[in-house]
Amino acid sequence: MDSIRKKVTELLESGAVKVVIGYGEGSDNNVKAIFVRKPQDASKLIYDERCVQNLAFYLMKHEVKHMGKRGVIAPLSVMRTVLQVASECQLKEDEVVVLGITSEKELVEFSNLKELETYISKSDLSLPAKEKEIMDKIEAMSPAERWQYWTNQLSKCIKCYACRAACPMCYCIRCQVECNQPQWITAEATPMGNVEWHLMRAMHLAGRCVNCGECARSCPMEIPINLLTYKTVSMVKGNFEVYAGASSTMESVLSSYKSDDKENFIR
Amino acid sequence: MADFEPKIVAFVCNWCTYAGADLTGTSRIKYAPNVKIIRFPCTGRIDFMLLMKSFANGADGIIVSGCHPNDCHYTSGNFHARRRWMVFRDLAEFMGIDVNRVCFSWVSAAEGAKWAEIVNTFTDEVRKRGPYKEYIDLAKMEHKNVIL
Repeated sequence: MDSIRKKVTELLESGAVKVVIGYGEGSDNNVKAIFVRKPQDASKLIYDERCVQNLAFYLMKHEVKHMGKRGVIAPLSVMRTVLQVASECQLKEDEVVVLGITSEKELVEFSNLKELETYISKSDLSLPAKEKEIMDKIEAMSPAERWQYWTNQLSKCIKCYACRAACPMCYCIRCQVECNQPQWITAEATPMGNVEWHLMRAMHLAGRCVNCGECARSCPMEIPINLLTYKTVSMVKGNFEVYAGASSTMESVLSSYKSDDKENFIR
Repeated sequence: MADFEPKIVAFVCNWCTYAGADLTGTSRIKYAPNVKIIRFPCTGRIDFMLLMKSFANGADGIIVSGCHPNDCHYTSGNFHARRRWMVFRDLAEFMGIDVNRVCFSWVSAAEGAKWAEIVNTFTDEVRKRGPYKEYIDLAKMEHKNVIL
């Protein structure tokens, strides 16, 4: 923690960055995102096991962009998000300083995005054990059981779109659900409408999701929607051998193709 | 169930499968009348939401068909479509949607016989599976009371 505060103070004093986005104490033993602009406020930064929020999502907000060059405290999910949004041209290399945090809570500095890519290629990107258990349980169900499971879970959805708001990849100025000519997906929270919304969102995140889990954490109804996007991640990795957040120059999975993509269901 | 005739919707590309289906007709090859063909310029244009909306509106089966890889009229539309179908199929299966009710195929403009065979085989398969009741039932619900 001290090394983080020291580094941030240095960066702000030298003017190398105008703001650093990090974790700070919130109310009720919760952690919240803080925006440190003055060197003396660096002491408010903390880092412990409660710090899981994906801070990269603030990097592209225009209020933050106008502050100038920004730094961000980056555990693994944030590092991957930075690379993924850079590959989608939402962030330039010289706009951000990534202050990486290893799984042992040590600070690691990166002078450019290439070093970040190297670090990520050596990291463990597997799912946390708890999520893997539920995924395996669902995969073992019959199709009818899966339909029951998902329609039950998704019928809890109240269409608050917190999942969309929390996801760093959902930065579309006009989301497809806001279009009402034609209206693909109803705004009401009906059972079928909820299934359509979540399936659509998972499809739009295919190959782009970095498994940060923000969607599930932000859901007020505690629906495990991150499992839907995890499914697309494992599918994309298995079939196209790429994963989001691997590099700042990779092509988007659904906007590119290989002429020898293999499938076994086209007649 | 003995009188059940499935409703099949076919999303086809204009340049290959639609022309192929046309050839089936001009060759006077008989095939199942259950299919309603919808013409698209290219399979690359076919959104996965169209498939979901078809099921929600009463389709029991869906055929999606286009040009063979490397033969797309727009060069790469079917390659993009193929990737999209691979992802959609896996995701839909994970959610419990019956992906055996969706048939993907490449049918060229010369393959009139193949089109007939695909429609006939697939209509038989869907007839055996019965109407897609669970999907339509969910589409009609205004809310679902669930105790988890």
